[in-house]
Amino acid sequence: MSAFLDSVLGQLVSLVVGLLVVASVVGGILSRTARTDAARNTVRNLNARIRAWWIMVAVFGIAILTGGVGSVVLFGFASFMAMREFLTLTPTARSDHAVLFWAFFVFAPIQYWLVWQQWYGLFAILIPVYAFVAIPTRMAMAGDTARFLERSATMQWGLMACVYCVSHAPALLMLQVPGYAVGGAGLLFYLVLVAQLNDVMQYVWGKLFGRHPVAPQVSPNKTWEGFIGGTVTAVGVGTALYWATPFSPLQAMGMSVAITLMGFAGGLVMSAVKRDRGVKDYGAIIPGHGGVLDRIDSLLFAAPVYFHLIRFFFVP
Amino acid sequence: MIAGALAQLARIITGASVHWVEDPPVTPGAQRVYFGNHSSHLDFVVIWSALPPAERQRTRPVAGADYWERGRIKRYLARKVFRAILIERATAPGPAALLASPSAPSSPASQASATLSVERIASGMGARDSIIVFPEGTRTAGSDVLPFKSGLFHLCSMKPELELVPVHLANMNRILPKGEVLPVPLLGRVVFGPATRIEPGEQKGVFLDRMRNALLALRDQ
Repeated sequence: MSAFLDSVLGQLVSLVVGLLVVASVVGGILSRTARTDAARNTVRNLNARIRAWWIMVAVFGIAILTGGVGSVVLFGFASFMAMREFLTLTPTARSDHAVLFWAFFVFAPIQYWLVWQQWYGLFAILIPVYAFVAIPTRMAMAGDTARFLERSATMQWGLMACVYCVSHAPALLMLQVPGYAVGGAGLLFYLVLVAQLNDVMQYVWGKLFGRHPVAPQVSPNKTWEGFIGGTVTAVGVGTALYWATPFSPLQAMGMSVAITLMGFAGGLVMSAVKRDRGVKDYGAIIPGHGGVLDRIDSLLFAAPVYFHLIRFFFVP
Repeated sequence: MIAGALAQLARIITGASVHWVEDPPVTPGAQRVYFGNHSSHLDFVVIWSALPPAERQRTRPVAGADYWERGRIKRYLARKVFRAILIERATAPGPAALLASPSAPSSPASQASATLSVERIASGMGARDSIIVFPEGTRTAGSDVLPFKSGLFHLCSMKPELELVPVHLANMNRILPKGEVLPVPLLGRVVFGPATRIEPGEQKGVFLDRMRNALLALRDQ
C-alpha cells in the first residue's frame, strides 16, 4: 500500500480524494448556511454533483488500478450508455432496427476489443471507414429512403461521438512514451483529471461570476467568465502536475490548453445537439448530472486530440 | 422470484424512466385498470415492472389465449408468473398481439364472444385484482394511438367502481418493434396519468374518446 501511495498514480489518486474531501466539507458547510430558496437549490445541486463525483472517482480508480481491462470495460460501458442516450434522441425509423442493432452490438464491442488488443491500425479506421460503408449500405438495402441522408448521418455521428471518440481515452494505454514509467494509465488519469476539473471549475466560476453567455442560443450556462475561470484553473493545475506526466512544464501547459479547449468545444457541441432535439439532459442515471453523455461530453473531442498529440510528438 | 427478476430485466432492457402524475399506489387501494398504447411485446412487462411491488402482485395482464397457451414456457409464464387473464379471440389479429378487449362486434357471433370475454375479465379480476389492458386491440406500427375497442366500456359498465389509469409508453416501438425478435437498447419512458372513473350514464363513444384523450394527453408530459 505504501509503495502504491509513493507511486505517481498513487499520488494522483490521493490528490483527487483530497480535493473531494475539501469539496464535501465545503458543501456540508454551505448546506447549513444557505438562506434563500435559490441558494439552497444551487447547494443541493452542488452536493448531488459532489456525491456523484465520489462514485465516479471510485469507479474510475478501480478501473485504472486493474490496468487495461478495467479501463476498457469502464469506457466501453460509458460509450454504450452514451450512445443509448444519443440515439434515443435522434429520429430513427422503423427500418433502422438492424443497423441500430449493429451499432450497439457489433461496432461498439469490436471497437473496444481493438483497444484491448492494441490493434491501432484497425482501431483508427473501423468506424470512419467500415461503419461509414456498412451502415448506409444496410439502410439502402432496407429500402426506406425517407430522410435517408439524415438517418444514416445521425447514426454515423452517434457512433463517431459516443464510441470512436470516447474509445481514444482507454486507447491511451496503447501509447508507450520512452522514459515514462507510469505508462498509459498515467496519461489517461491526466486527461480525465484536467478535462473534468475544467468542467467543474467552468460550472463553479460560471455560477459565481457568469454574466456574458458565449452562445446564448445554445446554452445560457456557458459564460465567458466560466470559460476563462475554468480554463485558467484547469490549465494551472494541469501545468503544476507536469511531474506526473512525460511532459515538461511548458508541454504540460500546452496539453492542458488543448484538453480544456477541446473539452469546452465538446460540451458546447453536445449542448447544441440537445437544443436541436429539445431536451435539457441526456438521461437520468447519475443524480445531479443529467445523463452519462452530459458527464463525458468534455472528453468527446479532448480524448482523440490529446491521443494524437501524444502519439505524434512523444511516441517514436 | 422469477417475477421480480423479469421485472428488473425489463427495466434494464428498456432503460425505462417512470413518471407518475399522481402518487403511485404503494399500498393497493381500489381495483384498477391500467390501459396503455400498444406497439411492442415489451409493453405489458414494462408497465407491470414499473408498478410498486405490492400493486404489481395483484395486477394481471389481459392477453390472448391463442398466443399464450402455445408452448410450455409461455403457458408457464402466463399462468404462474404473470397470472394472466387469458381470453379467446374471435378474430386473430396476428399471432402475437396481446389482446386488450374484444373487437367491436360486427356479427352476432363475435358479439357473443365479446360479451363472454368481458365477463371473463370481470370474473378474473374478482374483488381484489387490478388489470393491464391495451384497448387499441392490437399493436400499432408507429406512435399513433388507434381508436379504442369497446371492451373497456363494457367492463366499466359492469364494474363502475374501477379506477382507470392511462399509461403512456414512449419508444417501445423503437426498442422492440412489431415483427422483430431482438431488442435494441434505446431508452423508454412510462408515464402513469391520473386515475378516473366512468361517469354515471356516460355514453360509450364519449367514454372511449375521453379515455383515449387522457392517454394522448400524457404524450407531452
